[in-house]
Formats: sequence, structure tokens, C-alpha cells
Amino acid sequence: MPSSLALDGGGDDWHLRIAGDWSARALAEVQIRLGDLPPSLAGTLTCDWSAAESPGIGPAWALLMRLEAIGGGRVRIQHVSPPRHVVFLEALRDRARTGIPADDAGPNGALARLGRWVLSRGDEAREFASFVGRIVAVLVRAVRRPRSWRLPSLTRHVHETGVTAIPIVCLIAFLISVIVAYLGSQQLRLFGAEIFVVDLIAIAVLREMGVLLTAIIVAGRSGSAFAAEIGAMQLNEEIDALRAMGMDPVELLVVPRILALTIALPLLTVIADATGLLGGGLLAHYQAHISWPQFADRLRAAIAPTTFWAGLIKAPVFAVLIAVVGTYRGMRVRESPRELGRQTTIAVVQSIFFVILADALFAVLFVRLGF
Amino acid sequence: MFDAAETVIRVRGLVNRFAGQVVHDGLEMEVGAREIFGIVGGSGTGKSVLLRTILGLHPPTAGRVELYGREVGAMSRAERSDVVQRFGVTFQNGALIGSLTVAENVQLPLREYRRLARAALDEQSRLCLAMAGLPPDAAGKYPSQLSGGMTKRAALARALALEPELLFLDEPTAGLDPISAAAFDELLLYLHSQLDLTVVMITHDLDTLFRTCGRVGVILDGKMASGTLDRIVENPHPWIQAYFHGPRARASREGRNG
Repeated sequence: MPSSLALDGGGDDWHLRIAGDWSARALAEVQIRLGDLPPSLAGTLTCDWSAAESPGIGPAWALLMRLEAIGGGRVRIQHVSPPRHVVFLEALRDRARTGIPADDAGPNGALARLGRWVLSRGDEAREFASFVGRIVAVLVRAVRRPRSWRLPSLTRHVHETGVTAIPIVCLIAFLISVIVAYLGSQQLRLFGAEIFVVDLIAIAVLREMGVLLTAIIVAGRSGSAFAAEIGAMQLNEEIDALRAMGMDPVELLVVPRILALTIALPLLTVIADATGLLGGGLLAHYQAHISWPQFADRLRAAIAPTTFWAGLIKAPVFAVLIAVVGTYRGMRVRESPRELGRQTTIAVVQSIFFVILADALFAVLFVRLGF
Repeated sequence: MFDAAETVIRVRGLVNRFAGQVVHDGLEMEVGAREIFGIVGGSGTGKSVLLRTILGLHPPTAGRVELYGREVGAMSRAERSDVVQRFGVTFQNGALIGSLTVAENVQLPLREYRRLARAALDEQSRLCLAMAGLPPDAAGKYPSQLSGGMTKRAALARALALEPELLFLDEPTAGLDPISAAAFDELLLYLHSQLDLTVVMITHDLDTLFRTCGRVGVILDGKMASGTLDRIVENPHPWIQAYFHGPRARASREGRNG
């Protein structure tokens, strides 16, 4: 039988008949019935539970709360054959009544929010500077103390960030240079200058695309892994445990990752350059009908002595950016798993942003230097 | 000890094997309505696996597990949803959702199974927090801001949200100081007496065991020896003797008798 509530009486003598299904599962229905009660009452209210079927705690609680809101202290409530837990709930009510204190987060105007944002940025900048400082300190110390190089850890990270990334880096470099070569040859054909597609591929791949694509892939793969690994260790109090044992997490966890990526990223870039040239060459051969000797000649003419190095020299810089951002974000994880996800996301977004920013700066610098 | 007609959990011939290692080998277990049943056993004897099997989180290698007379592995979606609402679980480390406040954690099952307005949800979560003995200001806190004892209580509050008839507790007092653990025991006994709960708990805490449990099941060599505490204590098996008559057990038993 559906739940029902019937209120009779008048003046200051009221009678509430509780009937039907008042079990926990009928809670939503009970809430609707409770909403039908008048907004205020005074006098004596008798609650008759005798027709209620398997009354649950939640519905009974909801009724008590509603009656309290209606009565506001002016109603004396009596229960007739109430379920056993009504007494229990009335005891609990006094504990739960003390309201939740208002959240005191200070003023909340636009200016206040701006101020808090500026302060938090300032804190973060200071924290980041001290993080970089600690890395430099560890590196300086490591020059005098070879044990600080942590070779096993270093090789593991070179393997994880470098060797295992080779297939995906090759695939992407190959495909992107095929696309660029295809588009280039289509345009150059209009001028009858299809042979220059070789120049296009050589310069685009070696100067820019090889290193930039590799850095972006590595930022997504390893930058996020760094943040997540170190962040999970933070959550598990492993970092605190290391500190308590007198070990420096920057030396143990951060520096090996930075060095490993500084080694791996240039090597990956060389591989990306090679597969990029191969992909472009294949397309030039089959689509633009440039023979292999022609391709080789043109390639030699197109590449200045600096072209290859202009790309490669950027790789270690990108590597340091990605690794520092990733490990820093990992170290910043505090308290909750949600923070871990957030910081990992920030690690990837920021490291890709910094890589592209640095690439733009390099471009300006190289133009100035005539490199 | 209990009426067979009111059997809530029945485990028959349970076998669990992991990569050649036999954890349960023909385990039998029965729990009647409104009793507090304690599961004990050494580390690695499969207490948590047993719990996970009963909950239907782990399909057993062989054997039959029934909740309220229905086989756990063979339930339809509707039956499963019905049975799930009849039990509440607390996990060893609380398993509160880290991105939700304590109140939101408690409201989670209510949101799933009841259609309630915001104010009603708040009202119900206040009830559950009060039942679990948490102060009202705990509602807005995140799990990472809670102490160990409060985490256990918050997990209990969430387990109570749907008004279960059956409560599973995995090491409810592990990691608590003796005073908090004793307070948790009293809370459990109080709730048990008020709400007609059936409680199944895994525990290593001898004080809890002697204070709260009517019957105990000991997992030994993949099987279960169960009975009232007084009878189990007399069991000659060396592990049981070492467990209940070791230096740490004596004080707990005296505490119970005194």
C-alpha cells in the first residue's frame, strides 16, 4: 500500500495518522507526503504509527525533521505505537541539530578573488624557483660525488622514456612528413618546381618538425608519467618516508628523470629526423617521381651545415622543460587523488606550451644569428 | 544459536584458487539474522577474499554463496539491485571517494537508489553522520582531512545510508587507538540493538571480538570452524590455541568476563 499521511483535528489538538509503506525504499514518496503538511501548527500533535508498514529510519527521521520545522517549538508531539527507533532518532536529533558552521573563506568580491589569485601565483612562482634551485644544488653536488648520479635509475628512465617511445615517434614522424611532402608537391607542381619538395622536407623535418613532434609526444607520454608516478608517491607518503630516512627526493626521483630525458630526447629526435626524411623521400619518389639519386643530390644541396644541428640543439632544452614541469607537478600533488589527475593534466598542457614557446624563441634567435 | 529459517548468508563448499594456490577449500559458513558474526584467520588465509566473494565482487572457483536465499552469482540485474540495497559495506581503508565531501559520500547511494530533493538528501546524510557518531561539521570535510577514526565512521555512515539489514565490516577497528576502537565497538553494539542489524565483520582486534561478536568463524586450512566464542576458544587446533590463548588474548578475555 502506498504511504499516506492524514492530518485531522483543529485548534490546538491535532491527530496525524501515518499509514501505508513507510519503509526506507518509500523515502521519496514519503518526502512528497511530508510536503503536503501545513506550514505551521500549534498545540498538541498525536502521531499514530499503528497503520504504518515496516517504518524505516530515514522516513521517520524525515517526519521528525518536518514536524520540528512545522512546530517550531510550539507543538508538543506524542507518539502512539511508534517504531522502536523513534526514541533513538529523537536522541540523535539533538546531536545533529547543532548546525554546520558557515564556511568562512573571507570576502568573496571580484577584487578579493583577484588578490587571492595573485597571491597564489606568487606562492607558486616562489615554490617553482626553489624547486629549480634544489635541482641545481643536486647537480652541483653530483659533480663532486659520483654516487649521486644514480645510474640504475637513470638507465631505467632512459629505457622507459626513450627506447619504448621509438615506435610511436617513428610512426608519427613518418606520417606527418608524408603529409607535408604530399601537400608541398601538390603546390610546387603548379610552378613546375616539384623537385624542391626535397628542400621542403629536409628543412621542415630537420629544423622543426622532427624535434617538435618528438617533444610533444614525449611530453604526453613521459611528462604525464613523471607527474603521475611522483604524485602517487606523494599520496602514499613515500616521499615523506624518503625524507625521513634522510634521502633527498629531488636527487632520487627528480634529477634522474631530468637527465634521462635530456639523453633520450635528442636520440629520439635523430630517429624522428631519419624516419621523417624516409617518409618524405618515399612520397617524393612515388608521387612526384623523383629518382633516388636525384633525391640524394637535392638533399645534399638543400641542407646547410647548420640545418641538422639547428633542430637537434633544441632537443635537450625541450627535454629539461618537459621533465622539470612533469616532476614539479608530481611533487605538488597533495592530499587527494583528484589533485593527482589535475596536476598530471597541468603537467602535459604546460610542458607542451613551454616547448612551443621555447621553439618560437629559438626561431627568433636563429634568425638573428643567421643560423 | 540461530533459526535456520532466518539464515541470511549461506556459503556451501566454497573453493577459491589463485594461480595454483588454494585459498578456500570447501569452506562452509552460515550467518543468521540479527547476529554479529566475526571472521578471523591469519594473514593470507583469505578473509577479504571470502568477503569479496559473498559480496559478489569475486566469482569463486567453485561452490555456492547465497544471500537471503538467492545465489549471488546467478542474480538478475533487478535482483542484484534489490539485494545490494539490503546490505552495507565498509572497506578496510574506508574507500571514501576522495573528490567528494563526507556528506556527498553518504548521499552517493541515496542519489543512486532514491529520488530525493537536495534538502532531503542533506537531511538524510545528517542522520547517517549522527548515527555513525560524527559531529555535524564533518559533513563538509573531504576524506583526506579526516583522522583514521573519523574515516571509519564516515565509511560506516555511508554503509548505513540505505538502511541495510546486513552490514559487512572489513577490519573496522584496525589502526585505531584503543579508546576510539572501544568507542566504535559500543557504537556498533548500540546500532545493532536499535536497528536489528545483522553484522559480519573481519577483525584482528581481540577486544572487538570479545566485546561484540556472538559467533566467530575461524578460517583454518581453507575451511571454516565456527561457533560461539566460548566453544571456539576450546577448539584444540594449534592456531586457535595460539590466537585465543596468547599473551594478548588473555587481557581481552579478562576484560570481557570482568
